[in-house]
Amino acid sequence: MAKNISFTIKYWKQNGPQDQGHFDTHEMKNIPDDTSFLEMLDILNEELIEAGDEPFVFDHDCREGICGMCSLYINGTPHGKTERGATTCQLYMRRFNDGDVITVEPWRSAGFPVIKDCMVDRTAFDKIIQAGGYTTIRTGQAQDANAILISKDNADEAMDCATCIGCGACVAACKNGSAMLFVSSKVSQLALLPQGKPEAAKRAKAMVAKMDEVGFGNCTNTRACEAVCPKNEKIANIARLNREFIKAKFAD
Amino acid sequence: MTKILDSKIPAGPVAEKWTNYKAHQRLVNPKNKLKLDVIVVGTGLAGASAAASLGEMGFNVYNFCIQDSPRRAHSIAAQGGINAAKNYQNDGDSVYRLFYDTVKGGDYRAREANVYRLAEVSNDIIDQCVAQGVPFAREYGGMLANRSFGGAQVSRTFYAKGQTGQQLLLGAYSSLSAQIQAGKVKLYTRYEMEDVVIVDGHARGIIAKNLVTGKLERFTANAVVIATGGYGNTYFLSTNAMGCNCTAAVQCYRKGAYMANPSYVQIHPTCIPVHGDKQSKLTLMSESLRNDGRIWVPKKLEDAKALQAGTKKGSDIPEEDRDYYLERRYPAFGNLVPRDVASRAAKERCDHGFGVNNTGLAVFLDFSESINRLGIDTILQRYGNLFDMYEEITDVNPGELANEINGVKYYNPMMIFPAIHYTMGGIWVDYELMTTVPGLFSIGECNFSDHGANRLGASALMQGLADGYFVLPYTIQNYLADQALWAKVPTDRPEFDEAEKAVSAEIDRLMSIHGKRSVDSIHKELGHIMWEYVGMGRTKEGLEEGLKQLKALREEFNTNLFIPGKKEGLNVELDKAIHLRDFILMGELVAYDALHREESCGGHFREEHQTEEGEAKRDDENFFYVGCWEYQGDDTKTPELIKEPLEYEAIKVQTRNYKN
Repeated sequence: MAKNISFTIKYWKQNGPQDQGHFDTHEMKNIPDDTSFLEMLDILNEELIEAGDEPFVFDHDCREGICGMCSLYINGTPHGKTERGATTCQLYMRRFNDGDVITVEPWRSAGFPVIKDCMVDRTAFDKIIQAGGYTTIRTGQAQDANAILISKDNADEAMDCATCIGCGACVAACKNGSAMLFVSSKVSQLALLPQGKPEAAKRAKAMVAKMDEVGFGNCTNTRACEAVCPKNEKIANIARLNREFIKAKFAD
Repeated sequence: MTKILDSKIPAGPVAEKWTNYKAHQRLVNPKNKLKLDVIVVGTGLAGASAAASLGEMGFNVYNFCIQDSPRRAHSIAAQGGINAAKNYQNDGDSVYRLFYDTVKGGDYRAREANVYRLAEVSNDIIDQCVAQGVPFAREYGGMLANRSFGGAQVSRTFYAKGQTGQQLLLGAYSSLSAQIQAGKVKLYTRYEMEDVVIVDGHARGIIAKNLVTGKLERFTANAVVIATGGYGNTYFLSTNAMGCNCTAAVQCYRKGAYMANPSYVQIHPTCIPVHGDKQSKLTLMSESLRNDGRIWVPKKLEDAKALQAGTKKGSDIPEEDRDYYLERRYPAFGNLVPRDVASRAAKERCDHGFGVNNTGLAVFLDFSESINRLGIDTILQRYGNLFDMYEEITDVNPGELANEINGVKYYNPMMIFPAIHYTMGGIWVDYELMTTVPGLFSIGECNFSDHGANRLGASALMQGLADGYFVLPYTIQNYLADQALWAKVPTDRPEFDEAEKAVSAEIDRLMSIHGKRSVDSIHKELGHIMWEYVGMGRTKEGLEEGLKQLKALREEFNTNLFIPGKKEGLNVELDKAIHLRDFILMGELVAYDALHREESCGGHFREEHQTEEGEAKRDDENFFYVGCWEYQGDDTKTPELIKEPLEYEAIKVQTRNYKN
């Protein structure tokens, strides 16, 4: 049975990328603890609108942990703290206590400028994928799917890498604002599969170059990204990316 | 009835129609493709695959999505899998069988020729996705693995854990990204289509709102493709993403496209039950769980009462007191009956008081038997991420041993209940996927074409990708080959002026209502009306009452809506208000269609029309047609019904039987 909790919410308001921004606070009363975090923010917004104010803006969509849209920095942790990885939308109020002060901020990174409040611009991720995160094939030219044999282990490992939802929590957690976990997950997925081999070298170089160009920092192996990834992507991927990158450079 | 709908189905036997069509359709030569622009609205499976394929062919593509990235489209959330007729399992599958199962699953209300084509290209989709690097599940020998899904007696579903939609969408997104890099596709994110612009009877552009700046912008093209998904969010609570809306589709309807079979709404049997009035959406638990999970309620009413009161748990009830009602009623298909059948059976049990949670609106999905048989590790390997998701939401772990009675181990069952999931109805399209407006195409869930009155599991992904990769890129050329269409329509034409002015005036109207109610509060009320009167069990009286309440709700919306902030810049509430205006119109269409269709078929169940055993009773004599609705110039006017008669050549229409 759900119990109700009351707490203070401190949330970031910022009117566009140039605005300085500030925290607003609001007292939340008697929120059932089986409410999801985003549903709690829906309640906050209903109360704000009722008072004639503008709602608090944040990204969200599928609310089942897969689209990668939700992106809140809660009490100092991207997506908030859970035992196993979870996105903001999968965080439930039972993780909080009566009387808590809950602080909500946007992803803060040079690569992700704020659009409004906690909504940030993550098109830099798209640009990195556009630089090479694919196999070049034309629709309809593929051979029979079972003509490519892939060991179960490799397929499963590629799947684990492919699970990345592109939310950007890794960047938000990193003191350098590095996107290496994101980039390495895509590079690893395709490096583990025979379909990705022909373009492996080109891909690693192009994606790393684009990552630097769009404003992400370097990796210094602090593992902060791995700790917050809602899909449990591993920094072993970063080691693999480095190997792919060095191989490509040597081949030049 | 003077209007006749030409579905342009090619001549010849059903198995040869698509081959014949491709052999004789008009093509655009490579040089000329470079001169032609196509707008694709939406970046889900259908939109992204179409944009990528058209770009690859040489067309100039303008692709729009409302999210911050094409990868967020709601196709990403599809869990279970994608069907194809590969027969890799050697269990007797074939193109014909996939075609047959899909037509039967759709309760004989789909168009034969379209479904055959869908089954035919299904194998190409798997090849395409594997070549892209989609990491489908594999067997130890390196071959692709399959699982079973509802409505089929073969294993033809390809899957990537419980995240198949994600992997397929990321595949399409990667192809799209390659075309963006190549300069063939121009991408517009955080843009929403507000209107389609029609010049001399042809769709030649759109008015889109830049959601960040709030500005309206004009885009011109030689053809417009709408791939904006379904209208499930009309019901407020559904498994759709929060942003899913039907504004683009409804705007096409207002401009002359027909809305077909809107009453065919799919209610998915395995969702996490509603828990309170603050809930914003419902979470699906994949249909694949029905492979190893058994659905039950107690046999005894007193056990159900104890469960509802919280004095008993599911695991306290021993095997002999459990009613596995799907296995009992449908021995041949058991827990794998189609979704509409499973949903209604759950409702039937709950209506009789056998519901198992505090609201009485839930049934159990139990893994005890398969965990005891296969071991917990095997079950976790198959469904581990779904079990985690369930536990995160409900605080109950379905993989946890909860009780032992007479030496039998019982694990925590999941609680599930049906929820709005998918809409089979949608914009009417002909065989070429073109709407009644020349040059305006509709693909994926957005159109009505392939699923009849009920969609089988793992067929949505198949249809989205079939339309986008393999059908539209061909059929659109038959239209674009007409050289008369090639002149660019400048965006300063009066048609563009008028369209933009109308959208702008509409935004001003909404902003100036200055009422007292938030968008969500009215949307929730819409959801209640829809679920109560236009939901799983429909009656003539209920639908009439629903229509009356919907009219009153539109009045409330038009007079008492409050949108904070300004129309300039980003205004989430304004965008939601525009969606809600169109959900109300869509809700009426669903109700009108449901009221006129005096039969039960697939996802449309009229309580007046059922057999003694409570099964859906179709009326093929009077309703063997596609019901299309034409806009009459004003939201408040009753739309006009136009029929497209169905013609079956290959399949004998009969009563669906999943019992033996």
